[in-house]
Amino acid sequence: MQAESQQVIAPAPIPRPRGRVRVRAGYFFMIPAFTILLLFMLGPSLYAVYTSFTNMALTGFGAASPQWIGTQNFSQIFADANFYNALRVSLTYLIGSALIGQCLLGLLLAMLMQNRRPLFKGIVGSVIVAAWVIPDVVAGFLWAAYLHQDGFLNSMTALVGLPQKPWLQSNPMAAIIVANIWRGTAFSMLLFSAALEGIPRELLEAASIDGAGLLRRIRHIILPLLAGAIATDLLLITLQTLSDFTLVWVLTGGGPGFKTQLLTIYTYQQAFKFYQIGYGTAVSLLILAVGAILSLMYIRVLRVRF
Amino acid sequence: MAVRLQPIRFRRKTIPSALAYLVLVLLGLFFLVPFTWLVLASVNPSATFAVEFPQHATLGNFQTILTNGLVKDPFKNSFIIAISTMLFTISLAGLAAYPLSRYSFRGKIVLMYAVLFASGLPILALVTPLYAMYVKFNLVDTYWGVILFLVASGLPFGIWLMKNFLDSVPVEIEEAAWVDGATVFGGFWRIVLPLAAPGVAVVGVFSFLSSWTNFFVPFIIFQSPEHLPASVSIYSFFGAYGEVSYGQLAAYALLYALPTIVLYFIVSRFLVRGLILGSLKG
Repeated sequence: MQAESQQVIAPAPIPRPRGRVRVRAGYFFMIPAFTILLLFMLGPSLYAVYTSFTNMALTGFGAASPQWIGTQNFSQIFADANFYNALRVSLTYLIGSALIGQCLLGLLLAMLMQNRRPLFKGIVGSVIVAAWVIPDVVAGFLWAAYLHQDGFLNSMTALVGLPQKPWLQSNPMAAIIVANIWRGTAFSMLLFSAALEGIPRELLEAASIDGAGLLRRIRHIILPLLAGAIATDLLLITLQTLSDFTLVWVLTGGGPGFKTQLLTIYTYQQAFKFYQIGYGTAVSLLILAVGAILSLMYIRVLRVRF
Repeated sequence: MAVRLQPIRFRRKTIPSALAYLVLVLLGLFFLVPFTWLVLASVNPSATFAVEFPQHATLGNFQTILTNGLVKDPFKNSFIIAISTMLFTISLAGLAAYPLSRYSFRGKIVLMYAVLFASGLPILALVTPLYAMYVKFNLVDTYWGVILFLVASGLPFGIWLMKNFLDSVPVEIEEAAWVDGATVFGGFWRIVLPLAAPGVAVVGVFSFLSSWTNFFVPFIIFQSPEHLPASVSIYSFFGAYGEVSYGQLAAYALLYALPTIVLYFIVSRFLVRGLILGSLKG
């Protein structure tokens, strides 16, 4: 036993000489997790590639025996005005709510929170984080009530003499963008707070002594040092927002008309309302491809070493 | 990069502190105000979408939904799904992370990159092909179908986090156990995993929360009403009918959101460190 244990105790970080690595019991530990990943992540990914080249449907002819139709789904997608509409909606939502809204607001909050009293920080931070941890559906209902004709927002606008509107009908895009900023900013704030803690204090003090004002320190020290964190944040929230469905679905259902029909909602409609699984999967595959590219960029930005 | 815990200290004069407080209070209100309706309506038996103080605040809404069956089964289903997802994710991620943390072997780097890559993918885009696949394998409308996909979608990040946490458990303690005759699995299960408790907590809470709150997967995969978890049930019950009791809706939403808030704040220190630093640096 003791002789055997000698082999097992190689400390991980030190690379072992080649050729001396033997099969160890621990290797088998990886089997269950990677089996699940192969079956339920790689499985549907590969199935997606197959399905998107067929006319698979939930009902009718395509349900009984799906036919191989080549790239017909894709040419149909790129000829569909509703697809371009959904693409535009998704991009607007992504840029407005995540890239601009959550990232900037998160950065601002993280910087402002830096030297505040712990109790104050705790209270404000908790409220922001609460908006982030509650279930999507609950966030949807909250905002539906808030933006309703009889809702709280209109009570407040009435109080200061601003117009009262059924916001989800009159300004649907702005409504879902603001709702998603509210929902997701906590993640960026937490990420930037952690990154700010990593900036050596001496650096800022030295700059301050040399006469650099706050704005110059932000521009020339904090932002360059945060570049990695900002890139990480932008990629992660983009990936997150790419698969957003529930908040907007509960708030507007994609409407009024097609005004807030995200790509994910478009996919859902095609696949499960019009029963065109093959077509819906083809759209999913496009989303997945964009996600894969962004995920590769994320790995590059992280520059991890093992 | 070592993460330093000291906050940056701006000179008091250079940041107009009062202004910072003012802006933070206003931003805090932006986040707080939408919650008002939820809390007030939940104790108001005649609530509407308007925010108003109830004339007679009661817990009647809670009583009603707790006794009329609206809460019981969906919450039970949510618990079954979330607990199972959590247990599977913790044990599978822990097991898989162990050799990745302790051994160095050919292909390990590729494997770690693959795990990191998978953790970034927009998993929900897989649900449509997943459904097509489940039709073939008879997994539509089953708990297993939902749970296994939720486990698979949580595993990459879970493995990644676990590996980082296991790295911080010194190998000498296992060695001592081996000398005492423990097997590799025994050493891992009884020694390493308990020592990586914060990691287990983070991965556990993370996977519990993400399946407790998930809407889209059960929405697509389940068909029978008796299988529906709280997320879909609240939507189909209150979203589908025009005239609903808004007080009950608010009470339901509050009960459903409560575990997420409570759990988060119990482990928030670990969770933020684990989640955020886990995604910020390797």
